[in-house]
Amino acid sequence: MKIEINNGRLIDPRDGIDKKTSLFIAAGKVAAIGSAPPTWHANRVIDAAGMVVCPGLIDISARLREPGFEYKATLESELQAAIAGGVTSLACPPDTDPPLDEPGLVEMLKHRARSLNLAHVYPIGALTAGLKGETITEMGELTDAGCIAFSHADAPLADTQVLLRAMQYAATFGYRVWLRPQDAHLSRGGVAHDGEVGMRLGLPAIPACAETIALGTIFALARVTGSAVHLARLSTHEGVACVRDAKRAGLAVTCDVAINHLHLCDADIGWFDAHCRLVPPLRGVPDRNALRAGLADGTIDVLCSDHTPVDDDGKQLPFAEAEPGATGLELLLPLTLKWAREDRVPLASALARVTADPARVLGVDAGHLAVGAPADICIFDPDQRWAVLPGALKSQGKNTPFLGLELQGKVRYTLVGGQIVHEG
Amino acid sequence: MLSKGPNPQLNAGGELQHLLTLEGMPAAIIERILDTAVPFVSIAERDVKKVPLLRGKTVFNLFFENSTRTRTTFEIAAKRLSADVININVGVSSTSKGETLLDTIDNLVAMNADMFVVRHGQSGAPHLIAQHLSARQRSHIHVINAGDGRHAHPTQGLLDLFTIRHYKHEFSRLSVAIVGDVLHSRVARSLIHGLTTMGVPEIRAIGPHTLLPTAVEKMGVRVFHDMKTGLAGCDVIVMLRLQTERMKGSLLPSAGEFFKHYGLTADKLALAKPDAIVMHPGPMNRGVEIDSAVADGKHSVILPQVTFGIAVRMAVMSILAGG
Repeated sequence: MKIEINNGRLIDPRDGIDKKTSLFIAAGKVAAIGSAPPTWHANRVIDAAGMVVCPGLIDISARLREPGFEYKATLESELQAAIAGGVTSLACPPDTDPPLDEPGLVEMLKHRARSLNLAHVYPIGALTAGLKGETITEMGELTDAGCIAFSHADAPLADTQVLLRAMQYAATFGYRVWLRPQDAHLSRGGVAHDGEVGMRLGLPAIPACAETIALGTIFALARVTGSAVHLARLSTHEGVACVRDAKRAGLAVTCDVAINHLHLCDADIGWFDAHCRLVPPLRGVPDRNALRAGLADGTIDVLCSDHTPVDDDGKQLPFAEAEPGATGLELLLPLTLKWAREDRVPLASALARVTADPARVLGVDAGHLAVGAPADICIFDPDQRWAVLPGALKSQGKNTPFLGLELQGKVRYTLVGGQIVHEG
Repeated sequence: MLSKGPNPQLNAGGELQHLLTLEGMPAAIIERILDTAVPFVSIAERDVKKVPLLRGKTVFNLFFENSTRTRTTFEIAAKRLSADVININVGVSSTSKGETLLDTIDNLVAMNADMFVVRHGQSGAPHLIAQHLSARQRSHIHVINAGDGRHAHPTQGLLDLFTIRHYKHEFSRLSVAIVGDVLHSRVARSLIHGLTTMGVPEIRAIGPHTLLPTAVEKMGVRVFHDMKTGLAGCDVIVMLRLQTERMKGSLLPSAGEFFKHYGLTADKLALAKPDAIVMHPGPMNRGVEIDSAVADGKHSVILPQVTFGIAVRMAVMSILAGG
């Protein structure tokens, strides 16, 4: 299959390309940029006039709910959502049921994903057996099965000795460790930011120091062990400052923020809107502003959707009892564009946070369009507006704080491995 | 940022549809409730203590959290208004069989409920019910929040305002001290909102850091950690109930030490104005937050609060029912 994409604005953030030009795809790879290769004859020509052609998005946190939560979502429904959102690669956290702590589970997941032939799936293995925080997993076997990193998802890991040993072990073999910085004790029972909104609504609070204390612990352990650490879901301005200082001091850490925390704050909970029941909790306006600035200046490396499909039953409950999470795969692109527009971030820089930068964090050859690169491509209309309504979403999870709002930026074509897997 | 919707307890015409919180409630509505409650106080003193304002209406007392006192006062209020009252103690009923909160509500709606009085351990549960009823086009059914988590206890706040107005006649020159566990208290939150709306110039919160929300000043209160300084010159002292489980969560070392610092004794009371009144939402822990001599003394208006509570709840129910 040879595909020719003409008249689009080609943006490859990694290689600094941002111009109107043609892209030629053959044998699943980028064959040429600008002028056609010799003896070129396209099977399919896409007219991308008025559209942006960029590397397929890479979402480093998308829960696919398999195995164990198939009633909430299936691999197929969520991978359809991924390609509809222009996401061609995603990493899935290990908090399935059972958790991804056995090679067989990971192999099954990889096999199922491959047979669907939609987006690439990179499982993140559980750091401890059953995510119980007691014994470390067979990281070597899990890596051979396809895990690209190890994390504890949102499960508490209170025992610092276990964390130290898990990081020591991972560092021995060069495995990446992803950690969500939240002190298990200080966050116990909390569902909202420790601020005016949570106080007025009478919601148990999680103080900002739950994040900074955990960051301090993780940084100390990273220095001792030499482990490569990725920090998942920063939420506070104090946390952003800690990461900025650690990076300046030369510590090799990367970190991410989720789309909801980039755009929303605790005031959006309104009158107990369970769509805003998220982990970590939505924090104050200064926190949100610091997260946006941190993402723009590179303190925060990656923007992710933290896609978590939750059914209506999980949300039709009093706020604290509601299941945390929101659907996000199909909102990652428009919410990246919204941030770029609002904060005057150049489009190529903004797209880097969902393409080249997550590829670097995952350590995979993706997120760029150099000749010979895998032809995972997103073609989107940056101006098209669409309403976030249940019927517009492929994901089985329809719940998001953005439900009912109009967003700008719609994916028109998604290519994975040189095949058109989505046309919208 | 998303846009926060209108206060769901007011209808499109700005009238009271549900009673969910005192936050953002217009002073005119509060005044109307307090004024309406005045004649209901005297009804309770008559031989025949009933008026027919809610005749033919069915009120469900839906208590997901145990409470004898509040449930009883709502029951008496509804019965004095001639309503049919059904008490459902959900703590030992359907939710323990796995039924969700909204399934329970739908079943009671199918039984043609007119009003729900809801007590729930989770903040926001009455809001969820109100939003659910409006999504199901059942907005004619009224919800009264009888206490939700740490969030709100609006009828308690209103009866506290009624009591203060009864003894102090106006709000605009008062200094009100609220003492104890503000952090976990829905009573304190509702009272602070109500006092602020009614123009009370000085509201003080007195307690240790562990029992005060981090952002408590944002509610417009002055914070004191020393009880004696905090009570100086006060017109009204509201003692909050201290739950015994607070001693388990490292919030306090012991009930005895709490009483030493924050228990209301005659000595400390003497620092307030000579005509200060002492209030307590009940049930009291004598010797923990309040000394018996004070609780039973001449400054105490704790039992009148209970009497006024029934009148205020009658006023709320009759206004919601269109009276």
